[in-house]
Amino acid sequence: MSTVPYREFVDFPTSALLLLQDNQLRGNVRHATDVIQSKRDRVVREMPDWQALRDSGYAIRAHTLDYLDTYLEQFADRCTAAGGHVHWARDAAEANRIVVGLARNATGRVLKIKSMTSEEIGLNDALLAAGIEPIETDLAELIVQLGHDRPSHIVVPALHKSRQQVRELFARTMNLPELGDRPEDLTEAARLYLRHRFLNTPVAVSGANFLIAETGGVCIVESEGNGRMCLTLPRTLISLAGIDKVLPRFRDLEVMLQLLPRSATGERMNPYNSLWTGVHPGDGPQEFHVVLLDNRRTEVLRDQQARETLHCIRCGACQNACPVYRQTGGHAYGSVYAGPIGAILTPQLASMKRGQSLPFASSLCGACYEVCPVKINIPEVLIHLRGRVVSAKPAGGLTLEALAMRAMLWVFLGEARLKMAQRLGRIAQRPFIRASGWIEWLPGMLGGWTQTRDLQPLPRQSFREWFERRPPSGGPE
Amino acid sequence: MRIALFIACYNDTLFPATGIAVVRVLERLGHTVIFPSAQTCCGQMHYNTGYQAEALPLVRRFVEVFRDSEVVCVPSSSCVAMMREHYEKIALASGDRRLQSDVAALLPRVYEFTELLVHRLGVENVGAVYPHRVVYHASCHSLRSLHVGDLPMRLLGNVRDMEIVPLERVEQCCGFGGTFAVKNAAVSGAMLEEKLQCLKKTLAEICTACDNSCLMHIAGGLHRQGAAMHTRHIAEILACDGSVAEGQRR
Repeated sequence: MSTVPYREFVDFPTSALLLLQDNQLRGNVRHATDVIQSKRDRVVREMPDWQALRDSGYAIRAHTLDYLDTYLEQFADRCTAAGGHVHWARDAAEANRIVVGLARNATGRVLKIKSMTSEEIGLNDALLAAGIEPIETDLAELIVQLGHDRPSHIVVPALHKSRQQVRELFARTMNLPELGDRPEDLTEAARLYLRHRFLNTPVAVSGANFLIAETGGVCIVESEGNGRMCLTLPRTLISLAGIDKVLPRFRDLEVMLQLLPRSATGERMNPYNSLWTGVHPGDGPQEFHVVLLDNRRTEVLRDQQARETLHCIRCGACQNACPVYRQTGGHAYGSVYAGPIGAILTPQLASMKRGQSLPFASSLCGACYEVCPVKINIPEVLIHLRGRVVSAKPAGGLTLEALAMRAMLWVFLGEARLKMAQRLGRIAQRPFIRASGWIEWLPGMLGGWTQTRDLQPLPRQSFREWFERRPPSGGPE
Repeated sequence: MRIALFIACYNDTLFPATGIAVVRVLERLGHTVIFPSAQTCCGQMHYNTGYQAEALPLVRRFVEVFRDSEVVCVPSSSCVAMMREHYEKIALASGDRRLQSDVAALLPRVYEFTELLVHRLGVENVGAVYPHRVVYHASCHSLRSLHVGDLPMRLLGNVRDMEIVPLERVEQCCGFGGTFAVKNAAVSGAMLEEKLQCLKKTLAEICTACDNSCLMHIAGGLHRQGAAMHTRHIAEILACDGSVAEGQRR
């Protein structure tokens, strides 16, 4: 079983190289992230207490993770008392088995609300394999589904597509040759496509933004209203949630529902905020299930220096702010969780056995940390995970990089060694210095530098040599 | 004041002009610069690349060399960021109590070059003259780790005869990122390309920053593309007092 169903992924540099050639995709990503970021900046700037809110968000999440077992059991008890059914899933396979078992129905299909957790476990494939058709009802997820594509962003899964590309996809798959490409044309097409499916499908599968331990309630925020329809129309509702999604108290939403919409979509409040607890006769679904998914989250929890990863409330602000994501889009990360959060979450959800290249897919610029509403110090966690990747390398198979690092350390542990290395460098570089006086090509690992950049050669004199040779008085020469 | 200079390994090796400029500025302001010659590297490259065990001896070395310094000047915000963000954690993980207390005592005396001038020495006008059109690149470490804010701009704003022009998307990373530049060379190059486009639009003659690491990256791209713009560490601009025309970098 693969934790994330992106089996063709080799490593980040390889997929990035491919995506960097797709100018349409890169233009779409740059445009979309710029638009969301400027909206986010506007609504964040108007909050005088934004930093205090972030501190509160951090405190709530850190506290919750410290007492996760308590709050999960409390949630399960309260949810059950309110008429819900709680299922515990150790991994993706178990969660899929539970949902597929619950989703079997006469019509052979289920409605779906955008759920990255369901993408994490490959639920759609599992449903299809059981003869159940999943119907994505979120506009972006519908675009991804109809295009046999993959989400590239946790909030805006079809962010890599332009309006014109969506028009072409809808025209082809919905058989609408005359379709226009205005936003209202596209949303109208989706509305007509989905409406009768909403009315004729008795089961819906959702994710969850928050689980409230105190009440046993579930919270979902969204922009389109498709979620509200899925949460109210079907007879059976199944909500799949990672165990990290729990909040202790109802009042914690006061903080989270300010942080999340402003960070995610640049809105002061989401257009639709749904909160429900258990079942109510004659009102909404009459059968309600919650599937609580571990899928190695407890392993993440165990690593004190990385557990902040589980603070994440999936706002996607780090993706929009990331200069690396900006260049490649989300598909380069080989996981439903792309960008900075994906770079720390994906390898951990795979027990560091997959996606080891991802913690290195960052210039450590810190833009992600700056925008994170729950203050995940992503650069710190990236560096920590780099350490785990490096130390997991088998001792026998010493890499060239590890050798180079050891050599550099040896050089740096003695003044005379450093001076010798500087002198050697000046000799070794000679064959590479071109007529321009610059180095334009280098072999091996360093060749990465000269792909797009030249390099100034080492000057004749190091600083320490200059300093040694200046007049001993120390005054101006 | 006796100011100990931690030059940083890559400045020492590749950009001596920056160190010379720092010495000139500080001496012009009447201070004495000491260069403890046992210094080498702060350990950032090892630490950030995942070789955390290898970084520890370098942290020890830095602390031993500078333990008794009154003030330490570092013309590299990324090295200062390494010290402020990681040294305490590294010392704690080592279990060495002495190292922990040494780090705690030393860190408040470590200043990035522009911080030293403005915050410690209280100088915003160093008497520089630089008749050029200049654009300032805000390195990520100066911006988001040290939060130097407008310190470099305050210093540059007082340079005589200099025109300073704003940079579009000034807060976006140039794509250097240490070993990232070679491990993810293609993406790093794409990030650089976007930065170069913004830089070229300014029609500046000189791009400056508090970090030669970014500038090495930017200069490499500018030279590859045959652009007319050159790069100079901020100390090299502040060192120009009009007595000598701005010549070659080295």
